[in-house]
Amino acid sequence: MSRNKIICGANIQEIGVLDRKAEISRPLLGSEIAAGFPSPAQDYIETSLDLNQQLIMHEAATFFVKVEGDSMEDSGIYAGDILIVDRSLPAIDKKIIIAALEGELTVKQLRIKNGRWYLFPKNKNYQTIEITPDSDFFVWGVVTYAIHKLF
Amino acid sequence: MSRNKIFALVDCNSFYVACERVFRPDLRGKPVGVLSNNDGIVVAASPELKELNMGRGTPAFKMKKAIKKYDIHLFSSNYALYGDMSARVMKSLAYFTPNLEVYSIDEAFLELTGINCKNWLQYGRIIKAKVEGWTGIPVSVGIARTKTLAKLANTIAKKYEKFNGVFNLIDHPRFRKVLQSVSVDKIWGVGRRYAQKLQRYGIQNAWQLSQAEDNWIEKMMTIVGLRLVKELREISCVDIEMDIMPRKSIVSSKSFGKLVTSLPKLKEAVSQYTTRAVEKLRLQNSLAYQLMVFLQTNRFRQEPQYANYCSRRLEVPSAYTPDFIKLANSMLEAIYRPGYNYQKAGVMISDIIAMKYAPLDLFLPCYLDDERQPLIDSCDKINSKWGRDTIQFASSGIKRDWQMRRQYLSPRYTTCWSELARVK
Repeated sequence: MSRNKIICGANIQEIGVLDRKAEISRPLLGSEIAAGFPSPAQDYIETSLDLNQQLIMHEAATFFVKVEGDSMEDSGIYAGDILIVDRSLPAIDKKIIIAALEGELTVKQLRIKNGRWYLFPKNKNYQTIEITPDSDFFVWGVVTYAIHKLF
Repeated sequence: MSRNKIFALVDCNSFYVACERVFRPDLRGKPVGVLSNNDGIVVAASPELKELNMGRGTPAFKMKKAIKKYDIHLFSSNYALYGDMSARVMKSLAYFTPNLEVYSIDEAFLELTGINCKNWLQYGRIIKAKVEGWTGIPVSVGIARTKTLAKLANTIAKKYEKFNGVFNLIDHPRFRKVLQSVSVDKIWGVGRRYAQKLQRYGIQNAWQLSQAEDNWIEKMMTIVGLRLVKELREISCVDIEMDIMPRKSIVSSKSFGKLVTSLPKLKEAVSQYTTRAVEKLRLQNSLAYQLMVFLQTNRFRQEPQYANYCSRRLEVPSAYTPDFIKLANSMLEAIYRPGYNYQKAGVMISDIIAMKYAPLDLFLPCYLDDERQPLIDSCDKINSKWGRDTIQFASSGIKRDWQMRRQYLSPRYTTCWSELARVK
């Protein structure tokens, strides 16, 4: 018997640990077969799945941040969620960005209309913020994924 | 020796301070300092702090009044953060070339030979923009035909604001003028002694040194000096060094926050340093044979002095923390003498081998092949998820009043899930 057991239905929480040094692998197919006959399925084992590969495009430029508050709830971003932020992507209209505004990091949707920049909250209880030449503002990064706990 | 090579030296500006600022945009433009171990002195200062005459070396206790007055922000050294941000800087540089030499935590040489580029200044600007955009760490870039000149170009890029952090020496129309502006003691590889010696012979600047006669230089500064002079003449003699070997030894030691006299307290400290060192060993997928423990009193105090060390070998190489803690404690007992105020202790792991080369011994329990490995793996996993020392060995103690002072420690934004930056 092979010692490499198939890990299926493994605790998803474990995947959350995106340790860049470790390879988190889930073999697509396992092979616990009697010796002698090669499994026909073996030919189809191509790769194992790595969430880093799926969720992170630019490792050096990718950061995780944690959400506080409810200003983005209508976009499915809730307090306690972890956001994956890629600093290498350009901030363009309609992207969800992390902005450094008046010395604080904030998550909002960027809207650019007629050359004017706005930060849109996604919650009607919050006001839209217009970026003016006086604003202490810069784009910190572009949000690519939100990790939300469902259990 | 070659005349056609191209090197860049990329150096982070006030690196430790920059790391703290990435996650604290409110600190831009404010005086910020990072303190040494035990929050002793300033080891990194932002330009704003330097302007207040509180640059490197200022003792923290002397700044108490100024902190409020000038809104100064001080931080304890956050090595987890700086190490991770450094790796990010190096990784973004690796997009430009695989020929990368990580020279220190905050600077790297890139060999750009063979890249088809007509405007090296522009290329340097692209490097700078990429690193800053990706990591948030501002850098300076110097480009030249040799490593020594790239380093020199970098200091110029840093020194004069008008160059916006990038300076190119390749085919520079006023090459001679530039070298004349750099005094010999500022040249990479010229120590203070040699600088004084050269100045006595009337050699004040880099240009004069580059024009010195070969024989004379070799007599004065040996063959190493001659190599350096050739580098100033745009003849490359020093290659990029890419070190891919695992570390030969791992040291974990720190000065105590306050002097320690008792053996149990020392054991706690040494257990914790050992734990840390063995964690590092596992991170590089290695095993080790040799462990050394050392301790010392504070030689600057007018009191009885004592320092000693002890080194022993494991029968089989291991990366199992309890193996090392047991050994460390027995060695500590052997060298400990009561009645002294100890200021520092530490451990060094050496004789390191890659795990895949571990000998398999039939009679001795092997680290790789028993039930101990899952235990230690779980500890590492839990600690990486919930933060360092969530799970620890009881011998490390709970109270730890010997621990270093790190009063102003910032969160480990990039290496600990529970300390991520918060966004609203």
